[in-house]
Amino acid sequence: MIESKHTVSVLVDNEPGVLARVIGLISGRGYNIDSLSVAEVDTETHVSRITFVTLGNEITINKMIAQLQKLIPVKKAINITLDKQGIEREMALVKVVGTGEKRVESLRLSDAFRAKVIDTTHDSFVFELNGSPVKIDAFIDLMTPLGLSEVSRTGVVAIARGSEKL
Amino acid sequence: MVSAQLTGAEMVLQAFEDHKVDTLFGYPGGAILPIYDELAKGKTAIHHYLVRHEQGAAHAAEGYARASGKVGVLLVTSGPGVTNAVTGLADAMMDSIPLVCISGQVPSHLIGTDAFQECDAVGITRPCTKHNWLVKDINDLSRILHEAFYVASSGRPGPVLVDIPKDIQFQTGTYIGPETIKHKSYRPKLKASIDKIDEALKLIVKAQKPVFYTGGGVINSGNAAVQLLREFVRLTGFPITSTLQGLGAYPGDDNQFLGMLGMHGTYEANMAMHDCDLLINIGARFDDRITGKVDEFSPNSKKIHIDIDPSSINKTIEVDVPLVGDVAHILEDALKLWKSNVYKADKTAVKSWWKTIDKWREKDSLGFKNDTKTIKPQYAIQRLYELTKDKDSYITTEVGQHQMWAAQYYKFNKPNRWITSGGLGTMGFGLPAAIGAQVAHPDKLVIDIAGEASILMCIQEMSTAIQHQLPVKIFIINNQYMGMVRQWQELLHDKRYSHSYTDALPDFVKLAEAYGAKGIRVESPAELDKGIQEMIDYNGPVIFDCVVDQNENVYPMIPSGKAHNQMLLGKENEDSKISDEGKVLV
Repeated sequence: MIESKHTVSVLVDNEPGVLARVIGLISGRGYNIDSLSVAEVDTETHVSRITFVTLGNEITINKMIAQLQKLIPVKKAINITLDKQGIEREMALVKVVGTGEKRVESLRLSDAFRAKVIDTTHDSFVFELNGSPVKIDAFIDLMTPLGLSEVSRTGVVAIARGSEKL
Repeated sequence: MVSAQLTGAEMVLQAFEDHKVDTLFGYPGGAILPIYDELAKGKTAIHHYLVRHEQGAAHAAEGYARASGKVGVLLVTSGPGVTNAVTGLADAMMDSIPLVCISGQVPSHLIGTDAFQECDAVGITRPCTKHNWLVKDINDLSRILHEAFYVASSGRPGPVLVDIPKDIQFQTGTYIGPETIKHKSYRPKLKASIDKIDEALKLIVKAQKPVFYTGGGVINSGNAAVQLLREFVRLTGFPITSTLQGLGAYPGDDNQFLGMLGMHGTYEANMAMHDCDLLINIGARFDDRITGKVDEFSPNSKKIHIDIDPSSINKTIEVDVPLVGDVAHILEDALKLWKSNVYKADKTAVKSWWKTIDKWREKDSLGFKNDTKTIKPQYAIQRLYELTKDKDSYITTEVGQHQMWAAQYYKFNKPNRWITSGGLGTMGFGLPAAIGAQVAHPDKLVIDIAGEASILMCIQEMSTAIQHQLPVKIFIINNQYMGMVRQWQELLHDKRYSHSYTDALPDFVKLAEAYGAKGIRVESPAELDKGIQEMIDYNGPVIFDCVVDQNENVYPMIPSGKAHNQMLLGKENEDSKISDEGKVLV
């Protein structure tokens, strides 16, 4: 079976050590994590949402989800990529250093990507960019020859399309 | 009591009482002293058994839990107290044994400073507990303790750990009774849908060559599950085989029972698994000791799988009808449905299936050539069984050849009588587990069937047995080898016996006497019965050194990487080469 990227969303009780449990289980059972993001999403019931991206085939991801659901503080875990055709977004901060033609070109391209300039000096920009991970990858590729110096990404967050709630 | 002002240490004991805990295994130390102090105040009826090493506390609690069906509780101090208990927790995790481990921790303000006897207890035990907690606020303590007992004993049981900093043990806070506490989200599913059960029953009705394959889940589910299983098996007339952990759920001397299956299972059990057209897995998990080569496992069967743990479904073997829930609940519904729909098994087909099975049985795969000069290990277990079978004995084991021979030659007719380390395979398990079983059943005969190598791993617990007057019997199958290691070295490494021979064994008789126990050594088959009888009759702990043939191996055997129908039945056909792929397997 073909391996591909899957985005998994996990709703957990926000208690001490819960992230370590989820991540420890994944690494302990030999899977890798490409991207991870986590924050409390319900401040009243203290529920956090952990979203991670991992490489694998459908069967291994299903097994991983079954193992995750076994953790006591895990309320729900789903494969957003397969089960829900989810929407995925990521934010990146991209620092580009350079002068002259390259500097002008980086600004022009950032406009095409609808990136925002959030900091500038005479020889640098920091761009803020939102979008799918693919779009961010493409932007970073384009910036590389133009003086790309540093990248910080949030990791993927995802949500299912439609009215149904996780 | 709904709520009261108590100290942390008092809360721990109050929670024990509220959860009907009357037995603790433990070892004191700096960070757990306030709780030990409470024990000394004499306000509680709880009996504490002082072990000699925290690993012993964990295994004793496991033995107690397995023999009694209750939660096993252990009390250990911070740092090395916890790390010593880790093996026992991991063992309980693998074999689904409910344990609550209370560990002391350095005071809150010292956590993270590399304080004396500090370790990250919840970090270290996270992968080997079902859940664990570090208590940071005295007012969380009672809730956490109640959750701990709930999580350990419900769903698929397992070990939990509650790490309590010393300052919290001294602080006073509000204790809330267990009645009002409900876990936020953990609710294991007990019942399966009737439609799914009916789908399974329809497969059972159609089956021509069915086999029941049952495991420790039946025993964990409790006595009701055991009775329902027996009724169901007799009603259908189907053959039944069991995993190592499931032994005793169905009577071992019943004609429908094919013996244990798997790597060292009987020929008839493994052949039935391979050739069946319907496999009914009840409370087992398709462990690698059972399946052998996964892609050739029971190739022509439909598979039903009853398991309380949803992650067990399709983990290694794809099944046709998964039933997630508790064995007793599902079997109860299944039996009701079977009777109300007037379902019948295909008796004619099953009769001819039994004819095939009887042919396999004729191979007598557990047969061995006995000897008049040296004691064959198989014979030693057979005699032990014959001389103790009328006593409702409890048997624990260490890990290795003796363990497999015990599983093969000792027949169990009741659940909870067989206590062995299966999943983790922990040498040193048997003696402390026997101590735990003896605590649960003070008047019963409890025997640890041991190897001379394994027994030395937790031999210090002899001292515990003496102190608490627990008359456990240690029956050592002594072949001077780590027998199972040697067996694999014969099969895989051209008989290069790298470090599997023990050159300097203690004199076990003197060792027993040094502890204040009785020692018996038997070297010839003629003296065996007399020796065993002497062991049984002695009112106190005994170390029985049974000197056996050094060269015997455990057969039958499915070599690693082979399928069920490629078993080795004895040394004669050992030459069938194991592939390189098989060699890397354990």
